[in-house]
Formats: sequence, C-alpha cells, structure tokens
Amino acid sequence: MSTDKLTTGAIVREVSDQEAADQKHAPVPVVAHHDVIDETVENPVFVTEDLSVSYGSSPAVLDVSLRIAEKEITAFIGPSGCGKSTIIRCFNRMNDLIPAARVEGMVRYHGLDLYGDDIDSVQVRKRIGMVFQKPNPFPKSIYDNIAFGPKVLGMSGSMDEIVEQALRRASLWDDVKDRLKDNAFGMSGGQQQRLCIARALATNPDVLLMDEPCSALDPISTGRIEDLMHELKETVSIVIVTHNMQQAARVSDRTAFFIVDMDSSEEARIGRLVEYGPTDRIFTNPHDRRTEEYVSGKFG
Amino acid sequence: MATDATTSGAGGPNAESVFGPPRRRIGEKLIAAALFCAAATSVIITIGIVVSLTGETLTFFADKAVSVSGFLTGGQWTPLFSDPEFGIRPLVQGTLIITGIALLVAIPLGIGTAAFLSEYASPRVRKTVKPTLELLAGVPTVVFGYFALTFFTPTVLNSILGLDVSVFNGLAGGLIVGVLIVPTIASVAEDAMSAVPQSLREGAYGLGASRRQVSVRVVVPAALSGITAGIVLGASRAVGETMVVLIAAGQVPTTSLDPRNPMETMTAFIGATGKGDVPTGSTGYKAIFAVGFALFVITLVLNTISIRFVRRYRQVYE
Amino acid sequence: MTTAPARSASEVLGKASSSHRLRDRSFVLLLAALTSVALIVLAVLLIDTGIDGIPQISISFLTNFPSAFPAKAGIQSAITGTLWLMGVVTFVIVPLGVASALYLEEYADGSRWWNRIIEVNIQNLAAVPSIVYGILGLAYIVRGPLSLGRTVLAGGLTLSLVVLPVVIITGREAIRAVPPSIREGALALGATRWQAIWRQILPASIPGIATGVILSISRAIGETAPLILVGAATFVAFNPSGLDSPFTALPLQIFSWISQPNDEFRLLAAAAIIVLLVILVVLNAVAIRLRNRYQQRW
Repeated sequence: MSTDKLTTGAIVREVSDQEAADQKHAPVPVVAHHDVIDETVENPVFVTEDLSVSYGSSPAVLDVSLRIAEKEITAFIGPSGCGKSTIIRCFNRMNDLIPAARVEGMVRYHGLDLYGDDIDSVQVRKRIGMVFQKPNPFPKSIYDNIAFGPKVLGMSGSMDEIVEQALRRASLWDDVKDRLKDNAFGMSGGQQQRLCIARALATNPDVLLMDEPCSALDPISTGRIEDLMHELKETVSIVIVTHNMQQAARVSDRTAFFIVDMDSSEEARIGRLVEYGPTDRIFTNPHDRRTEEYVSGKFG
Repeated sequence: MATDATTSGAGGPNAESVFGPPRRRIGEKLIAAALFCAAATSVIITIGIVVSLTGETLTFFADKAVSVSGFLTGGQWTPLFSDPEFGIRPLVQGTLIITGIALLVAIPLGIGTAAFLSEYASPRVRKTVKPTLELLAGVPTVVFGYFALTFFTPTVLNSILGLDVSVFNGLAGGLIVGVLIVPTIASVAEDAMSAVPQSLREGAYGLGASRRQVSVRVVVPAALSGITAGIVLGASRAVGETMVVLIAAGQVPTTSLDPRNPMETMTAFIGATGKGDVPTGSTGYKAIFAVGFALFVITLVLNTISIRFVRRYRQVYE
Repeated sequence: MTTAPARSASEVLGKASSSHRLRDRSFVLLLAALTSVALIVLAVLLIDTGIDGIPQISISFLTNFPSAFPAKAGIQSAITGTLWLMGVVTFVIVPLGVASALYLEEYADGSRWWNRIIEVNIQNLAAVPSIVYGILGLAYIVRGPLSLGRTVLAGGLTLSLVVLPVVIITGREAIRAVPPSIREGALALGATRWQAIWRQILPASIPGIATGVILSISRAIGETAPLILVGAATFVAFNPSGLDSPFTALPLQIFSWISQPNDEFRLLAAAAIIVLLVILVVLNAVAIRLRNRYQQRW
C-alpha cells in the first residue's frame, strides 16, 4: 500500500503515515465491500469469499470476494501480474497442478465448496471447461481432439454426432468437416483456438473459463471468437480473463477489475480485486479512481 | 444439468448432487504405486552393488592371507599365486598412470574442441563435428582396444615415433583412453560454455577485446566449473575403462613408472581374473570384489564432485 | 558542414597490430587442430579395421560357428547371441525405463527426500563403470539370489542394468519436451492424471523415448566388460536355444580373437568388429530417422 490518497466509491480516506505503518503487516483492502461483491447477481454460478492464492510463502492474489452470474459473460481485467489468471484457475482447480500453490478462502460453485474434502478435482473439470491463452490442440487429428474429452468421461452416444455437434457449436464445422482426420497442427491459430473451444464444449460443460483466449490471435480471428462467445452464453456461463479492455467492453456483461500492489516491503507483487459490477457501469462510471485511470488508458 | 442452489445457506448442496456419484479411482493409485516401484528399482540396484561388493570384500579381508594394511600399502599383487600377495598399490598405480596420460591428452583436446564448437564453429561445421563426436563415443571400447594393440602400438608408437614400447604398454592404453574420453569432456564443457550469457561476451567485445581474448579471458573462466565437471567426469570414465587397458596395456601388475612397459589397472585385473573361471569363494574371486569396491568408491567420489560442479554453473547461469 | 578528406582506417582507429591479428588467426587454427585430432583417430581406426577386416568377411564367416581353425571360424553364434541379448535388454528396459521416467517427470514431488534420492541415484548409476555391473551380475544374477547361471537371461539382465540409467534420463527428456499446455489441456477436459499421461503425453513423447531406447540398446550390445564377468563363454558352437542357454556375443568373440596370439585370428576380430559396427550404424540410423520423422515440433 502506498500512502496515496485513495478514492473508493463514496468513501474518501486520508491515509496517514501512521496508518500506513500500521498496515504494514495486515494490509486491509481500502475498497468498500459492496462494490466488490456485486449483490445484484441473483443466481450466482460462482461465489468467492476472501479468496487468496499464494505460491510458496509469497501471496499472489489476496482477498477476492465476488459473485459470478449464471449464463452471462464475466470479464476479469487488469494489468499483468494482477492475479486474474490465478483466480480463474481456482474455478476449475487447475492450481492443484502447481505443488507450491495454496488456496485460502472459499469458492462456491452452485453453493458447493469447490475446495471441500469430498470434491474430486477431476469431476470439477468435467463440468467446468477451460480454454487457454495459447491454443493447445493435441498433436492428433481434429476428430481425435474433440473425441478425447467424451472418451475419457465415458460419454455414451454416437461419437461422430458428439464431434459434429461440438464443432457446430464452435462454428467450426463448415471449415473442417472435410478434413476431420487431418492433424490439428495444420490449422490456423484462430481455428486451433476454436477447436479448443469445441473440445471443451464436447463434454457439455456448465461453465467455460477462458484465460486470455485471443491474446495469440489476429483481430479477425478474435472477432469470430467474440461472436462465438455471444452465441454460447445462451447455454453456458463464461468467465474470460483479458488484458484487452475493449474486448471486455465488447463481450462481457460484468467486469471485475484487478490491480497489482507492492506489498509493504516493496518486494512481492500482490494482486487485488478493486471493483466489480456491470460492464457498462465499470466503463462509464467507475467508482474507484484506479479503475477510472485504467479504463481511460492512463496506466496498465 | 446445473443444480439449483443458493449461495450459502445452512448445509448447502453436497458434492454428489452437483457432480454426480463420486469415483474411487483405485486404478489411478495402483498405477502411481507401480510407477514409483519402477523408479525405486534403481535404488535397489545401487543397494545391490554396495551390498554385493562390501559383503565379499569383508570376507576377503577375513582371509588369513590378507591384511588391510598389506592390501593398502603392499607393493605386490599376485592373487593367483600359490603364495599370494595382495597389495593393491600396483593396480592403483597402473590406474593412476593410465588415467594421468589419458587426461594429458583429453584435457587440451576436449577443451579445445568445446571452445571451437562453442565460440568459432559455423552451424554447418557444428552439424558435422558433433554427430561425429557422438559416433566416436558410441564405438564399443573393445574396438579401441583392438586399435591400440594392432595399430597404435606397432605402427604409431614404434614405427613412426620410434619409442620402442612393449607389445602391451601403458602408454598406448593411456593415449587411446584419452581419445575415448574426449567426447565426454568436450560435451560437458561445451554445454557450460554455451551457457555463458551473450551479454558477458558483448561486454568484452565492447571494450575492444578480440574473439580470442573473449574466449580465453571471458568464456573459459566463466565456464570453469562446467569445464572442471567435464574433466572430473572424464577422469571417472578413464578410471572405469576396462577393455582398452585389458587388451592393450597388459596384465602385469607392476610398480614400474615407465609407461612403455606393460601395466595392469584395477579394471584390467577384474576383467582378467573374472575371465578365467575363478572358483567361487577362492581368495582370487573375493579379490575381484575388493578391487571392485575400491573402483566403485573412487568413481563415486569423482561423479559426486562432477555433479557438484555442474550444479554450480547451472545455479549461476540458468 | 565541411567535407573532410577521406581518411584511412588506421588514421582513425589507430594502427592495427599485425601480431595481434596473427595471434588470433593461429588461435583458431589451434582449436581446429585440437578438434580434429579425435576425429582423425576415429577415421584412422575405421580405415585400419576396414583394411584388416573387410577381406575376411564372407557368407561362410557370417554363418560358421567358432572354430580352432581360423579359416573355418565364423560368427553365427555370436550374432544370434547378440540378438538374444538385444531382445532381453529391450524387454527389461522399455517398461522399467519408461515407468521410472514417467514417475520422475509426472508424479514425483521433487521436494520429497525419497524422490531426490532416486534422482541423484540415477545420475550416479549412469557413471558407474560397466565392469562394476559385471561384478553385480556375477554375484547376484549368475550366482547368489537369482542363480541364473551363465545364461542369455543373466547376460541380458546385467546389460539392462548397465543401460537403464541412460534410458531413464533420455526418457525424461522426451517427456519433458511435451509442453505443459498439453497436460493442462487434457486435465481441463476432466481427464484423470493417468488418462492425460496415457492418451496424450506418452503418445506425444514416444519418438523421443524410442530414440533413447534404441541408442541404449546399441550401447548395450557393444558392452564387453560386464559379459566377461557374467562369464559368457567365448567358444560356443551353437545358437542359444532359449533364455536359459549358454551364449556368446559379438564383442566377446572379438575380445576372444584379439586375445589369441595368432595374427589370423586378429584379422577375424577386425571382420567381426566391422559386423558389429554395421549393426550399430544401422541402429543409430533408425534412431535418427525416427527422431527426424516423427518428433513433434511444438
């Protein structure tokens, strides 16, 4: 925390030097609680309460509390290192794969504690799909890429139909229907990413997590994926991490803005949630000065 | 599909209502256990080596013909005589002389090769030289033994250089073992030189240093721990090399320091004694284990030192 | 602006020292010379062995059994023995090596002491002299607990121990070459750890693993010292009939002929060396082919 004057919603706080010193070991978020949680979300698919993730002994992101709405698109924005990807990886427990990562606080999925003792991370991931920053097709045929998920989950029904349906939902069917047996590495970057989306859809997930899905793509491919997201939100809830504010403004219904803070000793970078709410309001009438500066392009 | 659930509420939904019935996945655990057992086999192999060597070595020293002090300091090694002597010094000395000759050859050749490949060679030259060195490393050592005995000693040492060496001699063994370990030293040293950051070189070029000065004064000192690791690993290979010395250096344990004469190394003794059908339980049989134990300890120490040095340069540059 | 008259490099930069340049050039030549020594030795070795051995190679040399008469001696039993050893070695090192590599890359938590012991241990085993494995084979495989006698199986097991560390190390490299995004992609679809490994990671790393296995086998069949101790006989005038059969092998036959004082036998050794080298070159060519053709470029 710096000793800057911080404007947070209606509250204006003067942070004295003394207070700053007091905060040294217990940094307190200086944002008003209601801004962050967004109580207007009525049917949340995810609810986090004071969610913190640390790698080894250094915290990466602290005290995130928000409610993510069902069948909407929620965007996480913020400068790099703010922990937005780290948080999204809690929603399908991908952080489990990093031995040093420790998750504290609560993540509820439809009310269920995702980090509860009786939760099997494998079963979590079959309901909550994920698309990554760089397209990561398997080095196999287009068909086998789609069929992998349904096969490992033991889904019944005709595999050909499952594959076709998934490719149609990802608006990829017409592009590839004649070359299903071709290696996926022969596709363009944008097609590969839509293949990865189709692959995730093939298992009929309830939620689709997208971690900067367009950062490796050209503007035209990006546009097609954004169109696709609009179609998909009829059937799945989408959480997208993006460093591109315009993208968040174009596609999302709600936006959460994260920042990077230095810790009190100025050594570690810690991500925090600053503001969360309907996308329109975040971009037109942000309550926090830092959000305003970010969305107006003053930093980030 | 999704279960309707409120956010918190007492109790809340249970895992089964959201995700379906839990799976046990016993297979997953069994597989993980099986893989662990496979990896643990390597530890069992090491234990097998240590136990088999120490067991017989202890019975070797329990033999009344053998004493620990005689073993460590005695100058006579005649285990198969009717009145055997068990002084390991001739074998250790033979090993040291041959390893010393090998290093004299391999250190300049290995470091020179590494510096050439890392600092000077064009990609095309590298693409031919490196696989050829790998080929050299892949030639079975029995072939080098043949070469040392039938060509190197009579043609190179005697006819061309006129050194007047015996048919079996330590010099040919040492020189050929030296060539044999060049790929080992060169590859470890080259890895270390390539790991030296470009910025260090550029810094020196910026001060007007020539390429030679950069190689000799910047790259080599910066890669020194890696180069040392390569040399130590090469020494360990030379100590453990069997076929070349067994074939070309002779099987005469001697305390003579003249490498033109035949000499026997520790490995050659093990090979020569193991080849004949030594009866189990004889002192000669046990001597194989005692010498093997000494060999294992020496190479283990050398390997450990080498790993240390490699780790040191990795810590600095990677 | 004034135009200065053109000036020579030496006027601007100072006089280049010619001795400096000479020293630089001779340094490169020195390094090139040092590099070529080992390569020249290899070339001379191949030429010399070729001159000695190639005239000896004939159909009857390949199909005859060892004999006390050089003119009648051949390497059939040595070739079949080597093939049997290759079979045993492959059968042992593929499952054991791949499983160990998978454990260390995919399951082992490197902060646990037992995993660190396994790692350091494999590094050390890779540098243990092969003759020490021969002693182990003699004590525990030929005699001792396994008591297999001087058989194909005992020889094959001993050679497997020699090359196992190499298989594990190259296998780990092949598995590590598969990008983490593939693992993440599979797990994010709800695959279990083993499903991700078995269906995605392992298939993607098979070319690299196979290359390592072939190179290990080629190292194993050139190993002589361990076989001397395991006591493979050098005069075996029949092909192995099974795993429990006595055997000889090419490097042993070579060693045995080299040890004969008779020059004619030494020429036979050269011929057998050429056969062994041809087998090794073929194996290496297959390995390189495999690597270039099937290796996934990420």
